[in-house]
Order: sequence, then structure tokens, then C-alpha cells
Amino acid sequence: MKNHLLSINDLTKEDVLSIISTAAELEKITEGPTKKLPTLRGRTIVNLFFEDSTRTRISFETAAKRLSADVINFSAKGSSVSKGESLKDTAQTLQAMGADAVVIRHGSSGAAQRLADSGWISATVINAGDGTHEHPTQALLDAFTIAKRFPERKADFTGLRIAIVGDILHSRVARSNVLLLTKLGAQVTLVAPPTLLPVGVESWPVRISYELDSELEQFDVVMMLRIQLERMTNFYFPNEREYSRRYGLNEDRLLRMKKEAIVMHPGPMNRGLEISAASADSSRSVIVDQVGNGVLTRMAVLYLLLGGATLGEVS
Amino acid sequence: MSAVLETADIDRALKRISHEIIERNQGLTSVVLLGIPTRGAFLAQRIADILKELGSQVPVGTLDITLHRDDLRLRPPRPLLPTLLPVGGIEGKDVVLVDDVLFSGRTIRAALDALGELGRPKTVQLAVLVDRGHRELPIRADYVGKNLPTSSKESVKVSLLEIDNVDRVEILGER
Repeated sequence: MKNHLLSINDLTKEDVLSIISTAAELEKITEGPTKKLPTLRGRTIVNLFFEDSTRTRISFETAAKRLSADVINFSAKGSSVSKGESLKDTAQTLQAMGADAVVIRHGSSGAAQRLADSGWISATVINAGDGTHEHPTQALLDAFTIAKRFPERKADFTGLRIAIVGDILHSRVARSNVLLLTKLGAQVTLVAPPTLLPVGVESWPVRISYELDSELEQFDVVMMLRIQLERMTNFYFPNEREYSRRYGLNEDRLLRMKKEAIVMHPGPMNRGLEISAASADSSRSVIVDQVGNGVLTRMAVLYLLLGGATLGEVS
Repeated sequence: MSAVLETADIDRALKRISHEIIERNQGLTSVVLLGIPTRGAFLAQRIADILKELGSQVPVGTLDITLHRDDLRLRPPRPLLPTLLPVGGIEGKDVVLVDDVLFSGRTIRAALDALGELGRPKTVQLAVLVDRGHRELPIRADYVGKNLPTSSKESVKVSLLEIDNVDRVEILGER
């Protein structure tokens, strides 16, 4: 595995399988009375969040603490960034404080790559979402969740039909998931109005559908994306009711799905918009599992990136 | 390269260890065998099979110690191996740890830490196929298949039928 986790493209299929199996082992180990492991004792992990986030930050923080790492949380609000400090100066401050890893969430696509390539810091960089580009650990936890729900496949998704529904245009989750799920063999269908599909989507290794109803019965996994109201600055669809009627997961659609099919959502949900409350809380829904699996997946990533010798330490 | 234990020797050693476990833990009622992967896990299963032939069903599991090693930072990250606790767990049980070779004692120290995360056994005992000496920590085995005096520069290789297609213990010369 490479030194950083910036994009799903950084990972080989073997890396992905090793992350999934490590997460599965960590789940068994942390079922006991003591959830904490000594593995990353003495390592410092900085959560560098330039964008708001609840679950990703808490998930990374929990994962790091379960492995006994020291965690420093840094959010742009209330920091010197709001006084105009640049990413470079912030990074150099973290370097001087001896961070071993930086988990970065940033509004600009490519921010994590910039931090890793710039030479400003020597720490391992983990992308926790950069603009509309990628969110690799979310895709990894989604793959882990699917692998657990279909255990007989042993993380081989060949022939599994997965729909990703909603705002593909702004979704870094969709981008990372397309890369990862197709790497594992799944057949991915993107379902969205044409206005919410990015330019060049025809060249992605996916099928594209403009309506949810036509193939709903065939999907094994239906992944709903959040309508990012804060990014809806243009007229992407007439109104929320119209969107919800055509692309929302309501009870009728839920009943039409395959018997063993599951519903996913990366959160936070707009209940009543892209997903109805009944769908979100149904027995098909693995949305709560995704949160728990997120901690395990991030523990696995932190262990595999930081648990062994770093480059300077190999004798 | 010379084989010091062959199939028959290993069988005999494991049978003796099994009898000693019975003798020491009257009735075996609360004994749990935990093998340390990879080869310790197979040895634990073999001991459980022998105990079954002798009339006692003993729960058997595996305990991965990777996350508790003190030499993690000396090598690239290692994959985790399975930890499978038997039904009934280890709380208040007499746990017998099983490993192939006892050398520095550091693996066993890590295993004791790993056990501590999972519960509080009544006693912890240690069974090894080979004790080759050169301890770096105050740790000793309760059941030893064979004491094998070695030079610290040599290495001991244990091969088991389950993954190596042959049962053999050999001493490899200085490297």
C-alpha cells in the first residue's frame, strides 16, 4: 500500500481486500469488554477539517482513539484559517508539532493531493473528502458494509448490481464508490436526472439511467445520495417535491425491491426528500451499520498506514 | 539443515502434552485451548482432537497477537490473523495458550496482553511444541514438546501438514 490514501486509485484490489479483512478482524477483537488496542500508542493524528462534518470527523477520532493514538482536532472555524492563514502555513505548523498523520477534509478538489505532494509535511495524508472529487474511506466502509451483508461472496462483487441514486454531479462519495465497487467486480448503475450527472460520465465504467423505476427490481444494493442543498445554487430540478417523486426512495419503491436487497445512505439524510423516513428505518436499511463499519474501516486504514514501520524507520 | 522432529515425534509430543494438560487440570471442565496463528492454531486443534479421543470435549479457538506486538514499528504493517473465541469465552476459564516455538518470550507477552483485552481467565498456561531457549523476558512454558538447545543465530522451522504438507521440525544453520 502507498504511504497516503488520497484516492481509490491509490489502492490495488489486494489493498482493498486487505482493508476489508482487517476491518472484519478488528470487529471481532473489539467486541470484547475492552475496545481499546495499544497499537498506535505514541502516534499523533491530526483531523484537519476545513468543511463541516459530524460523522466523518467523529468516526476518524473514534478510530484513532481505539488504537491509542493521540488525536488533535482542527477545524477551520475558530482557527487561524479564519484569520487568513494559508493551507501551507497550517500544514507547516502541524509538521512542527510532529503529526504522524493528517486526515484532511477540504472544500476544494485536490486539496489532499496538494498537501501530500507539496513537501510541506512528512506525515501520512488521508483524504476525508476533497470538494467534489473523492471520499475514499466512505467508499471503503460502503464496500465493507456490502461485503458483510453478502458474506457468501467473500468481498467478490462480480455480478452484484448496485444503483447509486441522486446528485452524482456534486458527490465525491459516488466518485469513490464507482471506482471501488467496479474494482471489486460490481455492475454499477448511476440513476439521476441529466442535470445532476457530471460531464464525461459516459466514459465511466457504469450504466446510466434517468429514472429509478425502470430497473428497481434488479438491484441488490440501492445507495441513495444526499441532495446537497448547500450546493443547489443552480436550477438542477424544478422543485424538491418533483425530485422526491421521481428519485426519492419511498415505501412503494421499497416494496418493489428484491427480497434480499439493501438500502444505503452515506448520511446526513434529508428525510422526506431523497429517502422517506420509513425507508431509512426499514429492515432493508443498513444506514446505521454504515456508521459502525466506518469506525472499523478507518481503524483498518490507520493501522495499515501507520501501524508498521514508516519509511524512515525501516532499517 | 537437519530434521530434529518427524511426524511420529510430533504426534508423541502432542499426546504427552495432552495427558499433562489432563493431569494438571482435573476434569478439564474449564479448560479452553487458544492457538496463536498460524501454526499454534493448528497445534491447538490437534491437542483438542487428542483430548476428544481421550474422552473430553475441550473448546478450542485462536488468538491473534499482531496488534499487541512490541516490534510493530520495526517492520511494514502485517495482516491481521483470525481471532476466534470459542462459545463461552475465556472469562474465569483455565486458558492454555498453544504456540509452535518458544524463543524470546515476546509473542507470549503480547498474547497475555491480548487476552487481557478479551476477558479475565482464571489461569493462563502455556504449551509449546519446541522450547529453543534464549528468553528475553521472564516467561516459561508449562508444557513443552521438546527442549531444543540452539544457538541464537540459528533458526527453528516448524512445518505442519495442514499448511506445509509435511510434519517436521528442523534447525536451519546460521544465516
